[in-house]
Amino acid sequence: MAQTQIRIGGFGGQGVILSGIIIGRAAAIHGGLHATLIQSFGPEARGSSSSAELIVADEPILYPYVKDLDMLVVLSQDAYARFTPALKKGGLLVTEADLVHLTPPVPAAEHFVVPATRLAEEIGRKIVLNIITVGFFGAVSRLVSAEALEQAVKESVPSGTLDLNLRAFRKGYEAGVEALAKAKV
Amino acid sequence: MHADPAGVLTGAHFLDGDHAACEGALAAECRFVAGYPITPSTEVVERIAQRFPQVGGVFIQMEDELASSIAIAGAVWGGKRAMTVTSGPGFSLMMEHLGFAVMTETPCVFINVQRGGPSTGLPTLPAQADMMQARWGSHGDYEIIAVSPNSPQECFDLTLKAFNLAEQYRVPALVMMDECVGHMMERVVIPKPEEIEIYPRRFTTAPLDEYLPFAPEQNMVPTMVRAGQGYRFHMTGLTHNEKGYPDMTVSGQARLLTRLTDKIKKNATALTDVVADQVDGAEAVVISYGITSRVAMKAIQMVRAQGRRIGSLRLRTVWPFPEHVIRDLASNVRALVVPELNLGQIVREVERLGCGARVVGVPHAGGTVHDPAVIAQAITEALR
Repeated sequence: MAQTQIRIGGFGGQGVILSGIIIGRAAAIHGGLHATLIQSFGPEARGSSSSAELIVADEPILYPYVKDLDMLVVLSQDAYARFTPALKKGGLLVTEADLVHLTPPVPAAEHFVVPATRLAEEIGRKIVLNIITVGFFGAVSRLVSAEALEQAVKESVPSGTLDLNLRAFRKGYEAGVEALAKAKV
Repeated sequence: MHADPAGVLTGAHFLDGDHAACEGALAAECRFVAGYPITPSTEVVERIAQRFPQVGGVFIQMEDELASSIAIAGAVWGGKRAMTVTSGPGFSLMMEHLGFAVMTETPCVFINVQRGGPSTGLPTLPAQADMMQARWGSHGDYEIIAVSPNSPQECFDLTLKAFNLAEQYRVPALVMMDECVGHMMERVVIPKPEEIEIYPRRFTTAPLDEYLPFAPEQNMVPTMVRAGQGYRFHMTGLTHNEKGYPDMTVSGQARLLTRLTDKIKKNATALTDVVADQVDGAEAVVISYGITSRVAMKAIQMVRAQGRRIGSLRLRTVWPFPEHVIRDLASNVRALVVPELNLGQIVREVERLGCGARVVGVPHAGGTVHDPAVIAQAITEALR
């Protein structure tokens, strides 16, 4: 594996940083890997651009920022426009079904669409969109095990919301497994 | 002495450097923090505000940095281990009380999560441009201790260490972080309390009327008192004698200043904390600290891949400067390369000690870290 460079982008309030933290925590605490996460956000809190830069590696990480992305998850049109140029050819791209229009067209990448908004509405809480995305990403990226991710979810969300978030994680993960199976056919 | 279990969050965590520094302070039994929150150090005090009430600690959000940096002196003499937390603009305001802590031998910790400057500069972006300010920013001659962590793990480890050194030498110890390590999240392992060594404050055993608050004892360092035991003494920022009373004479100044600086200078070897990698037989050695040391290692690997013998010397403790280590190196290598996120600060120290070796700085104005390729090129050119 050596090193995988990931960016998760969206807008403030969507919980993209937390989704990055969960994946990083899963890798670094429960996955036996190294992980470095850097968050960047606009000066405003909600509605401005927000993204997490995550490097996962099987060796110590020296340079802390991402440059050429192996994996990109985008939950906003702005993030799609800004970050897809840095995605490596053949990299993994996950876009949110309702929040991201594929214009300009998807670059040469392994592309998956996560219906996170719709799945979150099915659960009844739109706020879990990010946790659904973590589950989905976990399944299609195969970067960290489902067990490690689930453990990290447990440690990262407020205790009163644990059931809700675990349901969201599993729903996202199942959707990811399905999407992966379809892609292979 | 081992750490109080109440403050130690034993286990493996995914933390940013700011939060890890807070945990380091807690593990070190810091129970008083005064601060005026400022980016990019805000997360340190945010966590402190949350965690301190759980362990009986006190956090006060002060009206400014002057108040913050003097409140900690009061807390220390009242019996606590104390620190303040800031970034460049606040650090500038704290210089007066840094000097006061030096003069009154008040063991305390200052955390500076460095951002781009001068003035308001780059609040959310990294720099390492306060390194000379840490050393010389307050007026007068003095010595302090400064450490420079390169990861969230080291933000924990070196904050803990800073508290111990502050107590041992009775000086302010500075934790010179930067925005990048402060906001970067990584695995941080916090040991069990019984594995964490705490340097205990040394208290006088003298009878009440015989205590000399500034009389040198072990390692030239005086002992302190437990507040409330009945010891009465005078403390001042003026040049003072062993009783603590003003002694503004030529000989009094020479005696006090010599001791205040000697207690660090003469222990410089014991205070040295460097990590050397493949320096034996190296053609060039890269000297770096903080976040730049990681980027520099990437560059070193690039040049080593071309068959060159390149060593790395990473300074975990920057002040006192490890002069003897640099001198030894300088006489055995062709070049010393010093990348740093400023326009040339620590490189001056290396130049001063460089002997025959070529000394090459790799300056960067800050705002991000170096491109490793730029450092690699500087190494290659230094060997030409």
